[in-house]
Amino acid sequence: MTDIFFYIFSIVALAGAFGVVISRNTVNGAMCLIVTFLSMSALFVLLEAYFLAVIQVLVYAGAVMVLFLFIIMLLDVEESAARKTSVYTWAASVIAFGILIVGVVAIYSADSIRTKAESLPEASGASLKAFGYELFTTYLLPMQLTGFLLLIAMIGVIALSKKAKVDS
Amino acid sequence: MEINPIVLKFVYAAVVVSVIMGLCSYAVLAERKISSWIQGRVGPNRTALPLVGGIPILGPFLTRLGIFQPIPDGLKFLFKEDVLPGHVNKFYFMMAPVISLVPALTTVVVVPFGRFVNEAGDVVPLVLANVNVGLLFLFAISSLGVYGVVLAGWSSNSKYPFLGGIRASAQMISYELAMGVSVLPILMWVNAPGKEGTMNLFDIAVAQNGFWFAMWMPLSAIIFLVCLFAETNRLPFDMAESETELVSGFHTEYSSFKFGLFFVGEYAHMVIGSCVFTLLFLGGWNPLPFVTLESLGMGQGILGAVLSVGIFLGKMCAMMFFFMWIRWTLPRFRYDQVMKLGWTILLPLSIANLILYIFIIYYLDTGL
Repeated sequence: MTDIFFYIFSIVALAGAFGVVISRNTVNGAMCLIVTFLSMSALFVLLEAYFLAVIQVLVYAGAVMVLFLFIIMLLDVEESAARKTSVYTWAASVIAFGILIVGVVAIYSADSIRTKAESLPEASGASLKAFGYELFTTYLLPMQLTGFLLLIAMIGVIALSKKAKVDS
Repeated sequence: MEINPIVLKFVYAAVVVSVIMGLCSYAVLAERKISSWIQGRVGPNRTALPLVGGIPILGPFLTRLGIFQPIPDGLKFLFKEDVLPGHVNKFYFMMAPVISLVPALTTVVVVPFGRFVNEAGDVVPLVLANVNVGLLFLFAISSLGVYGVVLAGWSSNSKYPFLGGIRASAQMISYELAMGVSVLPILMWVNAPGKEGTMNLFDIAVAQNGFWFAMWMPLSAIIFLVCLFAETNRLPFDMAESETELVSGFHTEYSSFKFGLFFVGEYAHMVIGSCVFTLLFLGGWNPLPFVTLESLGMGQGILGAVLSVGIFLGKMCAMMFFFMWIRWTLPRFRYDQVMKLGWTILLPLSIANLILYIFIIYYLDTGL
């Protein structure tokens, strides 16, 4: 039963991701991305990481994508005509695809993936308290660093979007 | 006879969804009646069912109350001509009403609407899915409802709906932040050291056997309530609709059943919003602060379950009345005022409120 759901949601997630790449219409792209996010959160549910699943929907599908749609609509982006792809884009996509293939092969050939784990790791994501406790004790440094990164981004946005003062 | 548990879940879900839909249709009637009382009118008082309306005293009485009005209202949505304008993006135009209604009905699964004490003395929540992250789940799914409004505005391909869609997205982002922060004090209290960690709505309601959260966290309650109005797109925050400026906002191009779905969706959001406010701040199914059904000696068995559901529904209806009362009493904000209120008043206020309760809960826990 779980396997069937896994395959369904994986296919939907991949189809959504593919849709984001090929769609010319920006709103279509955004909607495909939402579908991908939703099916990814379904995959989290299958892993019993309920908290992550809900946060995935709340933050990405619920807030980030609303912002995306808002910007798309506000800028009124026209449906982009088929442009000629530049050499750099080609090179970058080929390299990225190569790295992706290497990554997939590397993960798949690793022993820990192919052999079944002796015992399932304790699903700390299932209990909210365990999750929060781990986040603020064992993983405090990565948490703080991520927060700091976001702060830098925020300050950058404020600095860039602030209008220069004109002396009268 | 053993019933397959999965089939049973489907039956429960169907029952709960039909109750919500019934509540929605009568909420429309209530809205019409309340608006007419507030404006000194009579309201719907003509529709009569052929047989029931003929019963001597009872029939005319019910007719005057407008009890049968939701039936023709609903039929009107079904049988009127469904216009599909030629200039719309058909796929999203058809999808939008569904997208706006489905999240509202999905969130019902985590809303507990009562409790049942079985013979062993265990308290069983009456809820479809009693999940640990219930409150977050509810926020997450209900935040998806805005896509219906945004897509409707965009796909209509005309100016006013488009503006409505843009407003809806901006407003939703602005108020969701303050809403999320305003409930954090409750979660801190429920998850204080030494207590079982949870975000379960049932446990939050049970934690209010003494004080209701609205009593000792009044600021949280007020901020949450204001944000709830904004999130459900109700006046004085119905920027997406705003019929004085935007004709009818995001659903200007909609007609017949598709409009009906939007209409029902708004009331479904209101029902869920009222349920959540009742659970978070108004003590769930506790009749009075410090008075539980157990302390009255009526908490056992079927009677206790029925009473708890009744009290819960009563509080919910009171909240619905409050929603309508506000709608027909206050004028609409201007759009820039709405944005300003969200970002410069509610958000800082909710953060200040959070910090205050961090200290209070810390001192209460460590005993000064």
